[in-house]
Amino acid sequence: MRVPLSWLAEYVELVPGTTPEDVHAALVKVGLEEEEVHGFELQGPIVVGEVLEFVEEPQSNGKTIRWCQVRVAPEGETAADGGDAVHGIVCGARNFFAGDKVVVTLPGSVLPGPFPIAARKTYGHVSDGMIASARELGLGEDHDGILRLAELGIDAPVGSDAIELLGLNDAAVEINVTPDRGYAFSIRGVAREYAHATGAAFRDPVALSAPADASGEAFPVVIADDAPIRGRVGSSVFATRIVRGVDPSRPTPPWMVARLKLAGIRSLSLLIDITNYVMLEFGQPMHGYDLDTLVGGITVRRAREGETIETLDGKQRTLHVEDLLITDEAGPIGIAGVMGGARTEMSDATRNVLIEAANFDTVSIARAARRHKLPSEASRRFERGVDPEIAAAAASRVAQLMVDLAGGTADPVGGLIDETPAREAIALPDGYVSGLIGVEYTDAEIREALAEIGARVDEAEGGLAVTPPSWRPDLTGKAELAEEVARLVGYHRIPSVLPVAPPGRGLTRAQRLRKRTADVLAAGGGTEVLAFPFVAERDNAVFGSADGEPVASVRVANALDASRPFLRRSLLPGLIEIARRNLSRGLVDLELFELGLVFLPEAGRAYGTAVLPAAAARPSDAELAALIDGIPPQPRHVAVLFTGDVVEKQPGQPAVPAGLADALDAVRRIALATGGEIEVVQGRHQAMHPGRTAELRVGGVRIGYAGELHPTIAEEADLPRVVAVAELDLDALIVATDRTVEASPLGTHPAATQDLSLVVPIETPAAEVGAAVREGAGELLEALHLVDDYRGQGVAEGSKSLTFALRFRAADRTLTAAEASEAKLAGARLAAERFGAAIRD
Amino acid sequence: MPEPTEITEPAVAAAVDAALAAIAAADDSAALKQVRAEHTGEKSPLARLNALLRSVPNEQKAALGKLVGSARGRVNQAFAAREAEITAAEAEARLAAEAVDVTALPSRYTAGARHPLTLLQDRVTEIFTGMGWEIAEGPEVESEWFNFDALNFDPDHPARAMQDTFFIDPPEQHLVLRTHTSPVQVRSMLEREVPIYVLAPGRVYRTDEFDATHLPVFMQFEGLAVDRGLTMAHLKGTLDHFVKAVFGEEAKIRLRPSYFPFTEPSAELDFWHPTFKGGARWIEWGGCGMIHPNVLRSAGIDPEVYSGFAFGMGVERGLMLRNDVSDMRDMAEGDIRFSQQFGMVV
Repeated sequence: MRVPLSWLAEYVELVPGTTPEDVHAALVKVGLEEEEVHGFELQGPIVVGEVLEFVEEPQSNGKTIRWCQVRVAPEGETAADGGDAVHGIVCGARNFFAGDKVVVTLPGSVLPGPFPIAARKTYGHVSDGMIASARELGLGEDHDGILRLAELGIDAPVGSDAIELLGLNDAAVEINVTPDRGYAFSIRGVAREYAHATGAAFRDPVALSAPADASGEAFPVVIADDAPIRGRVGSSVFATRIVRGVDPSRPTPPWMVARLKLAGIRSLSLLIDITNYVMLEFGQPMHGYDLDTLVGGITVRRAREGETIETLDGKQRTLHVEDLLITDEAGPIGIAGVMGGARTEMSDATRNVLIEAANFDTVSIARAARRHKLPSEASRRFERGVDPEIAAAAASRVAQLMVDLAGGTADPVGGLIDETPAREAIALPDGYVSGLIGVEYTDAEIREALAEIGARVDEAEGGLAVTPPSWRPDLTGKAELAEEVARLVGYHRIPSVLPVAPPGRGLTRAQRLRKRTADVLAAGGGTEVLAFPFVAERDNAVFGSADGEPVASVRVANALDASRPFLRRSLLPGLIEIARRNLSRGLVDLELFELGLVFLPEAGRAYGTAVLPAAAARPSDAELAALIDGIPPQPRHVAVLFTGDVVEKQPGQPAVPAGLADALDAVRRIALATGGEIEVVQGRHQAMHPGRTAELRVGGVRIGYAGELHPTIAEEADLPRVVAVAELDLDALIVATDRTVEASPLGTHPAATQDLSLVVPIETPAAEVGAAVREGAGELLEALHLVDDYRGQGVAEGSKSLTFALRFRAADRTLTAAEASEAKLAGARLAAERFGAAIRD
Repeated sequence: MPEPTEITEPAVAAAVDAALAAIAAADDSAALKQVRAEHTGEKSPLARLNALLRSVPNEQKAALGKLVGSARGRVNQAFAAREAEITAAEAEARLAAEAVDVTALPSRYTAGARHPLTLLQDRVTEIFTGMGWEIAEGPEVESEWFNFDALNFDPDHPARAMQDTFFIDPPEQHLVLRTHTSPVQVRSMLEREVPIYVLAPGRVYRTDEFDATHLPVFMQFEGLAVDRGLTMAHLKGTLDHFVKAVFGEEAKIRLRPSYFPFTEPSAELDFWHPTFKGGARWIEWGGCGMIHPNVLRSAGIDPEVYSGFAFGMGVERGLMLRNDVSDMRDMAEGDIRFSQQFGMVV
């Protein structure tokens, strides 16, 4: 809402010299947040001039200019720019006559743009200023010619300040109105709030406009809503007024144009400007019909199937049965509260006007505005709630302005249907406000604050009975009343008291382990990233499915990027995109990781619920279960990506290129961080290199994959050929590894170390051979690790030689070499049994 | 040197002098070894003189034995001393030769980094768990009931449209990407017993275009307390404590009247810090208020018995204010240089 200060000052006392910033500062205290300040951005000297005479001079470019002598100061005086009282000015427009009073921008002035005016040579003359059009002054779109003051119906002495005359010295403060404060979409509402903030005297414009005699019926109107939405009748108030004999061609006075313009509304024509003006002033959306185009009386009703209307923006619209309509006997003449119809709109030919000031239900209007994508000034106010008691006064205000400015005559009798139910009082128990806010308010403070906002405050058993004012539909309970007291007295009165929570248990195990996982990955060299979860269908098809089986994806109905409407099933597409972005910025050695949710709907299952439980009451257990069950699984994954070098080339240190080994090390770090044991076995994943993929398991259950990206996929993604990745279900890992370590006693007898080389078929996984040795060697074997994998001369084709370093120790004695050897051979025997392993000497 | 035939003082002295001179002249362990062989070995003059002791008359044995013994002792002592000197010098020389340029040693460690948003989130989490609060979580694809209805957003109220919601297809099934962390409020109240003091950090979604000051995906944390007798003063006290913990003792807060469907009274939280870029001033950081009675009712909590407060802040904005980040896109693009400025500490 933009509020011109001159307008605000009509209804609340503004101390002279009050700046827009002062007004903002006052309003923010009562909850109207400051936005911007708007002005006309021009600078004088801009004065009233009189065209004394002119000569028309045709030019070689086909144009004819006028060389004018313009009086810009009374005879014998100096002009506002310090020059002569008569200036010679070249003017391209030809819509004026000698003797016309015009607006002259003298050298030194600045027009919006900014467009500084100076004396300049043009068309063979020195043009000493400019005769301005309305558009050049920022007053409107009209650029058909220069502005003639006579056309505006105003006169002023030559040389007087045109900025003040036209209201161009005004400024507007823009405030952000929260959705509960519909009444603040009016000068009336903002003036009242300003009064609350400053204590300045408020004059209610509604009280200043006497409603018409409503004893008769100005015009036949029937409200016939046979299908209320959510039990709410579409219209409860409908005021009418007739003004006859208006002259629609009269100009809108400049003060009104200026105020509308500052408020963000373009001046269109006098009659329409008047309805807009009163809407801004009262907050009551208004509509004017050309009375002579109406066929019979008005009926307010719901639309019928297939009905259409041409709205006044010239568009043909098909109506929905929920739309509330204003109709005459020939059909729809407006979508109530949203937009009027073309057939009955006011035009240049209108002589007699029917004014409508109605109150429509918030829900009806909100739905219609959304359905027709027509958020209008009217719908914005109706969907927040308009004061139901001001319709007749607003209609009178419009009628009076049409009489004053358009020369019409108002019918004395106005129509008013008012079926607004009486507002019920809210019980406000003693102590409630202080108990909720934490401030010991006095009874007087509470009563005064509530009275100041316009509520009626009555004594009641154990407290007060408070009837909110008609313009505050948002005040529905005692908590809302408490807020009014707190904000009028001021939030600065609220003290600061730290509450003491009961003893907590800190982070949950899962929360702790997730944090540690991130810390350990970062400490290990990874850089944490946070990718957006939006992906293309193919990303989920490729990365979300190991074997290429089709998978279901969650789809966003209104995605920002139409090429990525799905939610990720895997973190890898995001990491790949981020890797590519880094590479494009010359950052080639990358170790990225992310912890985040993935979205894993099951194929063929519908999620969500068609019906939602009612609000403001606890849903039944069955309803809650249905809501929770309708939410697709969203486990937290962790993923890593390596490319480039993990160790850079340095003095005495060759570069170490990143590979699958690094991704597996990252997996081991994750296992360390979570206390889990992750088993690595040879695996397959369609997005990964067929020979360089590991399946990751916990307790025999697959929780993820590690691998080098399939070279084709790396190439498509503009990544280097070797990109190693791993991704696993962190939630599943954490759940599966909940264990308490049982510490083993540490043997202190000397260890015996021996090596064992076994020849096995090439495809035999080393880990399984090692496991067999470990099992066969028994408890004397303390540690085993693979030190060599040899293939080639001396080892048969199709075989490999695996060398393990073994460390033996007994808990109770020093082992002999013979005992160690015996245990080693037992290990070799089991490996031979399982894999045909032969000892290589 | 002539072969000695008789143990005489001059002969012994000559042998000793020759040995001592040779020891002094030896300047490395190899030379010293050579000298040792020549002057104390079997064929050395002193060894030979010692051998002559066998043939001297008994009455001279003691005196001559002492003469030769003390000569050998002197020589051996000199050897030991010289050997220690040479060993020390050689060890020193070896260490000197092993010196490296400590500024040019290769690093086999790559410095990683946490994302500053998650670090700041962890920091916030620590402050609240330190106060005894617990951390609650919820799904990002959420039912509209939790995201809106239970939070007192009427289906037809413009406040519902003000949230710029991402809807999940098909929209008739009422799933959304949560627009705030507030649905976790409702879940927490449904799942837990009063008194409840929880903080819910997490990712949220709005259909804002991606630019320097807007992200469609961002992080919030939401605080919720439900207990007997909680007031707006407790809300203010909690926020006061929190901003001082994150931004230092000089930080101040201010509450300003506002509107959210799920709180009543509602307030915007402004906070002030002397070292903001652009000077000390008030900056808006989040919304808060006393939980609306309808929200308590949705969670089955009697608003006549209990009251509560809630607050929500954006982590991105916190990072911008605290660490002078001027472009939000830096937080979302994953350029490793951004996180690496922070390392493991925000």
